[in-house]
Amino acid sequence: MILQEAAAAGIHPLAGTPADWIWLVLALPLAGAVINGVLALVTEWHPGPFDPDPIHTGEHAIVPAPTLVERAERSTPRLMTVIEGRRRHGRPGPGDHGDHHEHGDEAGSHAPPARHPFLPLVSVVGPGVVIGAFGVAVMAFLAMLRADPEAPFILRYWNWMTAGSLRIEYALQLDQLSMLMTLVVTGVGALIHVFSVGYMRDDGGYARYFAGLNLFVFFMLVLVLAANYPVMFIGWEGVGLCSYLLISFWFTEKANADAGKKAFIVNRIGDAGFLIAMFLIFWNFRSLDFGPVNQAIAALPAGSPMLTAAALFLFLGCVGKSAQIPLYVWLPDAMAGPTPVSALIHAATMVTAGVYLVARSGTLFAAAPAASLTVVVVGALTAVFAASIGLKQWDIKKVLAYSTVSQLGYMFVAVGTGAYVAGIFHLVTHAFFKALLFLGAGAVIHAMHQAYHATGRDDDAQDMRNMGGLRRYLPVTFSTMWAATLAIAGIIPFAGFFSKDEILGATFAQARGSFLSHASWLGIPGSVVLFGAYVLLVIGAFMTAVYMTRMMLYTFHGPNRTGEAERRHLREVPLVMLLPLLVLGVLSVVGGWLNIPPLLGTLGPVGVLDRWLHPVLGAPAAALAAGRVEASHGAELTLVGAAVLVAVAGIALAVVRLRPARLVPKAEAPPESPGIERTLAHAYYVDDAYDAGIVEPALFTSRNVLYRGLDSGIIDKVFVSGIGWILPLTLGRIGSSLQSGRVGNYAWVLVLGALFVLGAFTLR
Amino acid sequence: MIAEALFFSGILFAIGVIGVLTRRNAIIVFMCVELMLNAVNLSFVAFSRMHGVAGQTFVVFVMTVAAAEAAVGLAIIIAVFRHRQTVNLDRLDLLKG
Amino acid sequence: MPLFYSFHFYLFGLIAVASAIAFVTRRSPVAAALWLVITMFALAALYVMLDAHFIGVIQVLVYAGAIMVVFLFVVMLLNLGQPTELADVRSRRGRLAAGAIGVALAAQLLTVLRGRIPVLPPDPVVPANAIAPVAENLFTDNLLAFEITSILLLVAIVGAVVLAKPGRAREDASVVAGGVPGESRRGREAGA
Repeated sequence: MILQEAAAAGIHPLAGTPADWIWLVLALPLAGAVINGVLALVTEWHPGPFDPDPIHTGEHAIVPAPTLVERAERSTPRLMTVIEGRRRHGRPGPGDHGDHHEHGDEAGSHAPPARHPFLPLVSVVGPGVVIGAFGVAVMAFLAMLRADPEAPFILRYWNWMTAGSLRIEYALQLDQLSMLMTLVVTGVGALIHVFSVGYMRDDGGYARYFAGLNLFVFFMLVLVLAANYPVMFIGWEGVGLCSYLLISFWFTEKANADAGKKAFIVNRIGDAGFLIAMFLIFWNFRSLDFGPVNQAIAALPAGSPMLTAAALFLFLGCVGKSAQIPLYVWLPDAMAGPTPVSALIHAATMVTAGVYLVARSGTLFAAAPAASLTVVVVGALTAVFAASIGLKQWDIKKVLAYSTVSQLGYMFVAVGTGAYVAGIFHLVTHAFFKALLFLGAGAVIHAMHQAYHATGRDDDAQDMRNMGGLRRYLPVTFSTMWAATLAIAGIIPFAGFFSKDEILGATFAQARGSFLSHASWLGIPGSVVLFGAYVLLVIGAFMTAVYMTRMMLYTFHGPNRTGEAERRHLREVPLVMLLPLLVLGVLSVVGGWLNIPPLLGTLGPVGVLDRWLHPVLGAPAAALAAGRVEASHGAELTLVGAAVLVAVAGIALAVVRLRPARLVPKAEAPPESPGIERTLAHAYYVDDAYDAGIVEPALFTSRNVLYRGLDSGIIDKVFVSGIGWILPLTLGRIGSSLQSGRVGNYAWVLVLGALFVLGAFTLR
Repeated sequence: MIAEALFFSGILFAIGVIGVLTRRNAIIVFMCVELMLNAVNLSFVAFSRMHGVAGQTFVVFVMTVAAAEAAVGLAIIIAVFRHRQTVNLDRLDLLKG
Repeated sequence: MPLFYSFHFYLFGLIAVASAIAFVTRRSPVAAALWLVITMFALAALYVMLDAHFIGVIQVLVYAGAIMVVFLFVVMLLNLGQPTELADVRSRRGRLAAGAIGVALAAQLLTVLRGRIPVLPPDPVVPANAIAPVAENLFTDNLLAFEITSILLLVAIVGAVVLAKPGRAREDASVVAGGVPGESRRGREAGA
């Protein structure tokens, strides 16, 4: 039954169930954001004059009245507030773009930190609302399991705007896909909130952090639960906003603020694409709701230019939001934010919004094979490109950032090939193990920071060259991170194996005779593109295994390079931070059971996710796969084996070739050797290329052409000064001569005026 | 006769205007204004011949106002003369902008 | 129209216009004032011929007899009798322009009459009594205006006295003229 018809015919099976309360899932995080926001304003508000850039010094210094946080700090030992940390900075911090100012402090003494005034309240409200949202989502999920609906459950709340034939409502759509995404977002989000309670404990911006994080969860849920493109766009923009707020959380450091700006600005380029796509969709289909649009797409012939254009512009939005080539540059810089933010936003949820968009618009992409092939090409190239950069990064978060970009490339290859379920599956498993990796890295960084604080040393707590042998000190973190590494490398039976293998298998299968392979991309036949993508993905899998193992080796194995005094202070992180790690570790192990391929049916239930998402994604997937030649059982087994072999080979290579013992701490490390090493370490100089090619010309044009030339030179000189010069000479003289003060002149004017009026009457 | 009266009235008024525009002596200009008022009075009387007595009433008013205006105006001219020692309009330009 | 009537009408009209022109072109203010008096007399004759006897009389009494006398008083007082200022009349160009304006104005005023010349009703109402109708109209329909005019006259008298007084008038005048201290001091010295 076509979805829309089902929804129109009679009551939806989910009506009257807990699914009706799905709006609570949105309301709870929003309420949390508001409460935390108010608390943040109260504590961080500076009454009286405030001079953020102290140009007034000495006796003219503007001394700000203390915020609540600072007053708390005065009554108890020093709290590393943002402002306080900045005032203590005698010099700008060392380090590259991805700033390591985790605790807003660089130099100075480290007495035991005190608490944020509202710490208990925020610690309950912040994670509590997300846990509550997760609970509601679970109830809705159970209802959905019982009801097993074919059609989406659409709840309409308000009419946003009606203009001509355009009708947009605030409407939520609850179908299998959005339910799954809701569970992932609230579930993983809740875990990360709990982790943050421990991680951000000593930060003066505690309330602001949770306000931003709650707001992000709200917007992400708006995105996944939207029933039409504009509401989804609200969520799209909102997560971009929260990403900006949270990346530049320690905004008093310019590098952090710049990173936030970069993220938002690069995202905007994609957003413009999304908007244009919405315009095209409305122009062609006169509606922006998913159901009617999908129905209308069926009316147009596949591959028509309109459909391809709309799909490509949507993909442009994905390229920006999900960090694909060429708009991925913001993601590594986004590591300037707190690590749980990186875990939630830049690993598990926000960056996957692009994948969700393509899956949601599956009908559109299935009807535009050229656009789907474009997705495949971009995804495959990104996967390999980013993986190669990850091979040579020293900052632990940067490795994970490029890894995220690479894995997103995998997801896009999947949804590009038409294997929408595989893409979503990888999205879910990636959320598990990447969040775990980031949280684990956060735990490591936290421990390193504690050690540095205790000894008063000031070094990069995120650089792997300063770590080493941490498995002795952080055993739980160590084991959970290995679980995640095996998952991401694709070792059976961990979660990543199943999802990655499904992607590889789908790409390979689509290359042989499917509808997609018959399309062509810039003249290249689709089958060639798909085969090429498959090869690239395998190479990427190999590189993934290598760099992840490299990361683990340098961080946890080998001798410890942190320093004699610091070593004594290295200890495992508190329980509140370990619990999420453990939960995610379990999920990384068993998550693959969500969609076991029929090939390995002996391991458990086959294709749970396939069946679950079939009502939503089945049709477009079948459209693109039509006519393909299924590989034989033996061939499939060979492919699976090859994938595992590649992963194992990568791990082995890393273990054999990399010697952690040869590393020296960052301060003494030699610069990169020129050539391939340096190129990779500088990420192929892409950032520098953008700087030179785009940013500098834009700045130059703004400064010289627009400001000096147009604004100062023409508008100011000609229009403003020019008019000011001309008018006194012309009108001014006339006016002055009229004001001679002589009665005779006035009499003249009077008589002339009277003559004029008389003339108007007499000479009609 | 009405037409001729109006005819003369118009010409007298125009002569008054010429006088105002031409002369520089303040008192003479003032007298030209009086001439204009007289021309207007002639018009009023002419029309009163046609339409009733209200025109003559108005002439009474015009004369009254002209008298008051002459008194005050001449007082001003005297005061100005005391300061500037001249009644040449061209020299009385303190309002010059 | 009987010939006698129209002949004299035109005669007095021409006298009025000619003396007006003479008035405007005299150099000496006294001569000009006297020519204006002749104009007013001619106008008074015209008023009488238009059956406004009362108006004609008060024209002579008030206008020619009082207002022009005041003018002459002031001229004599300020000792402006001699045609001292040769530059009293403006330049030739100015005069030509003024003449043109005047002609234009006259032409305009006269075109108003074009085609709409009012014709006297066949039996024009000639009032038997000269004053009674005017008085009746003045003191009934226009009583308010009459009262206001009386106040106006009072104000004018007071104002004239105040303005023309030597001592206080000087201070007030200096304020009125924009407060140029030097001028008023000089004026005070000169006029004291």
